[in-house]
Amino acid sequence: MAEVVLEGVGKSFGAVKAVADLSLTIADGEFVVLLGPTGAGKTTTLRLVAGLEKPEAGRIAIGGRDVTREPPAARNVTFVFQQYSLYPHLSVYDNLAFPLRSPARRVPEPQIEETVRSVARLLRIEDKLKNRATQLSGGQMQRVAIGRALVRSPSIYLMDEPLSSLDAKLRSELRVELKRIQEQLGATILYVTHDQTEAMTLATRIGVIEQGRLIQIGSPREIYENPVSAYVASRLGSPGINLLPLALAPTLAAPHGATTVGARTEHLRIRRAAAGTGAVTGQVNWVEHLGDQNHLHVSVGDRSLVTLSDPDSGLDRGDTVAIDFVRPLFFDAAGARVQAG
Amino acid sequence: MSAGLTTAHSVVEPGRLSKRIATIVVVLYAVLTLLPLGWIFLTSLKSPPDSISYPPKVVFQPTIEGYCNLFTTRSRQTADYIKSLPPPSGSCEQIARDRNMVVVGTSNYAPRFLNSLIIAFGSTFCAVTLGTLAAYGFSRFKVPLADDLLFFILSTRMMPPIAVAIPIYLMYRELGLSDTKVGMILLYTAVNVSLAVWLLKGFIDEIPREYEEAAMIDGYTRLQAFRKVVLPQAATGIAATAIFCLIFAWNEYAFAVLLTSGEAQTAPPFIPIIIGEGGQDWPAVAAGTTLFLIPILVFTVLLRKHLLRGITFGAVRK
Repeated sequence: MAEVVLEGVGKSFGAVKAVADLSLTIADGEFVVLLGPTGAGKTTTLRLVAGLEKPEAGRIAIGGRDVTREPPAARNVTFVFQQYSLYPHLSVYDNLAFPLRSPARRVPEPQIEETVRSVARLLRIEDKLKNRATQLSGGQMQRVAIGRALVRSPSIYLMDEPLSSLDAKLRSELRVELKRIQEQLGATILYVTHDQTEAMTLATRIGVIEQGRLIQIGSPREIYENPVSAYVASRLGSPGINLLPLALAPTLAAPHGATTVGARTEHLRIRRAAAGTGAVTGQVNWVEHLGDQNHLHVSVGDRSLVTLSDPDSGLDRGDTVAIDFVRPLFFDAAGARVQAG
Repeated sequence: MSAGLTTAHSVVEPGRLSKRIATIVVVLYAVLTLLPLGWIFLTSLKSPPDSISYPPKVVFQPTIEGYCNLFTTRSRQTADYIKSLPPPSGSCEQIARDRNMVVVGTSNYAPRFLNSLIIAFGSTFCAVTLGTLAAYGFSRFKVPLADDLLFFILSTRMMPPIAVAIPIYLMYRELGLSDTKVGMILLYTAVNVSLAVWLLKGFIDEIPREYEEAAMIDGYTRLQAFRKVVLPQAATGIAATAIFCLIFAWNEYAFAVLLTSGEAQTAPPFIPIIIGEGGQDWPAVAAGTTLFLIPILVFTVLLRKHLLRGITFGAVRK
């Protein structure tokens, strides 16, 4: 395990700037999650660290050694691909043994067997070792893919949406497993996802990426509670943050320069009331029952906001409600955060 | 789509009737194509008079005379001389004496056959090796003017190869490549390599890059990743390509006639020569043809597993 440093790294594909001036330090044993929508440059960042892409600008250091010009094999990293990429012509055992059998490593065969078996045990795929890689279910394939990364002790584990292709139940199981393994091994991990739950639960720190730029990096709590922009704020929270033009809430005490108010469920107090009694008056136009909670769709002027509500709240479609804001977030016209006075 | 469970076959099983119709069609087609081969095989076991009798004989006394004549040279002798000889040393000698001839040596069929083997397999190996490497390069790297180069490679197949026979003949004479095995291997490789590049590029394009990338991260160089990961997965394509190349090189006649006469002559130009030696010896020609079919048959049967395996859907999700 080692510290990984990216300094002002840039990479374009033709006219498209995939990664621009990206600096990031991943401390030894840290689990950093890069969060962003498709095409934001998350995967390119991973591939740059792996050496599968060459940066046009900046440098990359692993464990204090500059590896910017080194081929992937020399970097001692592992990569878990989004689409498993198990070698289809090999058995599960041979897939797991493949990295150890590389001519550069020359691990003796008894030691390979020992390592492969212990990793298989860790991932609960011992009984599948003789199977062909193609004869596994999606979840098992993904475990083998993670296992292939675990058989050696790399400087850093790079993971590109490793859980995205699994169904919801399996995803949450493997998520817990992954966190357990990471803590057990003290592994340094750079993990890419667009799934906010994965980001929140796995990360030591979350980095939010927008158009190839690292917009904000911090603990999940920091990113959630103190986003630097509306873009970052809208990455986290379910249902997503509601962004309303301040013009709809003229009585709200907003800081200078703010044009938008951002309100998550916890920033909203909604009660059935006559018009004019709250900061904003709205009308319930849809209620989704999720079991333990309801999604409440409320129209305010020409906008609509979505929030959670207690199923016992008694609110129903057509009700007029008064909405009050409790310490909401404010953003200026460009989307940047404006701190409340 | 769940990977690994998908096969190239339809999940809907064909009905009994359509299966029966399919069987009939396949059997009819097989009979149609195998009939001439069967006739050649039968002819190879006939005596020369039986082979040209009319109406053709289907029931006859089989003999190995055709095979004896294929491998030997004989000379006609007087009955008195033959009587003065010691008893025949083998059945071929006996057959020859029955026709007032003695075996005086071995024919050139065996060395010609060996030439065919060396040249066909040699050129197939070269064409497939070059083709695989070139196809991999075109598939994975940004080659400047790649499309133009690929078109250029294909364009070498756009005219019948024999159209360039004269220039090649002159060139080969100048370079001392006429009637050499190296010359023939080079020639067949040149003809086949364009086919190999195009066929294999299709197969290699189908192999996701992630496999090599994974291998390179796992500590392999690109060449090692190519060998350990790409080659095994391209095996089906390589086998199919090799069969096409081999069939061309094995059966090629026109250039072989033009460029070889002795040292490097292959079997195809040799077989018709048998006709001229001492009458039309059809059983010997048929025997030569029958034996000539065997290597390609064996090669195809050996690689059949790869041909039939079809496209494996890998462990990369599509």
